[in-house]
Amino acid sequence: MAAGAAGGGVTSDTYKAARPWLLLPAWSVLALLSLAPVLMMLVYSFLTKEFRGGVIWEFSLAAYDQFFFDRGLFGDEPPKIQWTYLAIFWRSIWQAGSATLMSLLIGFPTAYFIATRPARQRPVWVFLITIPYWVNLLIRTVSMKFLLREQGPLNDFLLFTGVIDSPLQIVNTNLAVQLGLFYSYLPFMVLPIYAAVERYDFALSEAAADLYASKWTTLRRILLPAIRPGVIAGCILVFVPSLGSFLAPDLLGGARNFMIGSLIEEQFKGNAGNWPFGAATSMILLSMVLVILLLFARQQARSENRGRG
Amino acid sequence: MAQGKLDIRSYRGFRALTFLCLVILYAPLVVVTVYSFNDSNSITTWDGLSLRWYVDVFTGPESAKFKTAAVNSFVIAITAATVSTVIATLAATGMIRAGRFRLRTLSFGLISLPLMVPEIVTAVATLIFFNAIALERGLLSIVLAHIVFCIPFAYLPISARMQGIEADCEQAALDLYATRRQAFTRILLPLMTPGIVSGFLLAFIVSLDDFIITNFVKGAGVETLPTAIFGAVKRGIQPNIMAISTLLLGVSVVLVTLSYFVSKSDSPK
Repeated sequence: MAAGAAGGGVTSDTYKAARPWLLLPAWSVLALLSLAPVLMMLVYSFLTKEFRGGVIWEFSLAAYDQFFFDRGLFGDEPPKIQWTYLAIFWRSIWQAGSATLMSLLIGFPTAYFIATRPARQRPVWVFLITIPYWVNLLIRTVSMKFLLREQGPLNDFLLFTGVIDSPLQIVNTNLAVQLGLFYSYLPFMVLPIYAAVERYDFALSEAAADLYASKWTTLRRILLPAIRPGVIAGCILVFVPSLGSFLAPDLLGGARNFMIGSLIEEQFKGNAGNWPFGAATSMILLSMVLVILLLFARQQARSENRGRG
Repeated sequence: MAQGKLDIRSYRGFRALTFLCLVILYAPLVVVTVYSFNDSNSITTWDGLSLRWYVDVFTGPESAKFKTAAVNSFVIAITAATVSTVIATLAATGMIRAGRFRLRTLSFGLISLPLMVPEIVTAVATLIFFNAIALERGLLSIVLAHIVFCIPFAYLPISARMQGIEADCEQAALDLYATRRQAFTRILLPLMTPGIVSGFLLAFIVSLDDFIITNFVKGAGVETLPTAIFGAVKRGIQPNIMAISTLLLGVSVVLVTLSYFVSKSDSPK
């Protein structure tokens, strides 16, 4: 027995030695086509703009300066804070936050309900939740627009049932964008919460009930703290893609409901574009996302340590 | 006892909200599918069932444009999914079977990088990179960009499948004087196949569905189905767009269902 185990150890060591090299194709492709482009974008954000798109290779802080400071029409006035772009960022945060909250309100009960089904049924429920995610985001957004339109099926239905007297104007409002984002990323809220509730030990809830805690108290004080990492993961998975989304604001929001994604897209379309400014705005968005992900990673590590201790 | 347990677990209203959630997720898709069979010229009035807009997609005035776009989409998706699945299979074998090695966390971070960076940022970065290395924008640039974001989608089902395969299987083969290559191709690869197929299908779907990154790197004149649909929708939702959307929607649903059943089939014990 001991000899066999030792023999196995030897083969497996020789076997293992070569394995990290299998990662070489993945490393090279991702380093070349994922990491290098981000670094190049950082470089471009410090270059001078070429008027027909593209850049002139000359160092400049103009892109970041344009984002944060307003120096008047001719650029010679004392700098004031530029609110235009900060307002777009703030609107994006607000829209993404609202979409996240809506997803949480619907997604949490759904995830909980699925996780408390008999084990054999759960994969089917999860599959039903994931199917819409795999459908083209563009088609889903167009479908949402079709549904919410002034003469669309939703208004027809509400008029028919007598809930409203005149059609609701939803498309081209903030609400339409929020609904679009909520609809786009709802499955992302359900899945991590589901995974967390599935791992949750319901004996804890029973203990709380035995000690005369009401059901809602049990939910609030016992279940929620236990599955918090899952809830936070769900919120991040909805919030982060919503923040930089382009399709929902573009198709559902109209011109007045500009978000970061549209601002960035505009810089690379046609002759009016400003590549360094687009690159700088992308860098600012990426930094925000990285900060959120880092905070999340720290929080996950902390709650894991608590679980162990 | 069982009754009491059930009672503690269930909350009033959660079942109703779950059904609401499913209605929300499916309603827009069902509505578009139903209206794609509408006989009317207008998207608002219902004139009865008809396949005329499907006929229009294949033979109508815009059919040539859709056909080119569809061919582009499928060529790109097959190429990107194949390349990314090969890369992901090798990477998953390396990650799972190599035990602990330096750069492990970094490798995983690199593989999931395309999932964490917002799509619009990836699009901008890729466009800038191709511009900097003077790569002409066209089919090749689209395929290269797609390979990158397909890798994590191909990787996840493959590595999930591999976690269920005991290292003993290959070791037994090696102990019986199989070469390392034989142990991989004869033992490990067949066991991994469902994961690989599932990963390929998911990569194919995300490539077929991508709009934002394609829109940035495609260059003038080259269209894929999503970019063609977007261009048409910007001029207003037309009935033929609903038919073509329904077709694309159907392809995604069929493929993801296939992927689900393949990955579930004879799961390793």
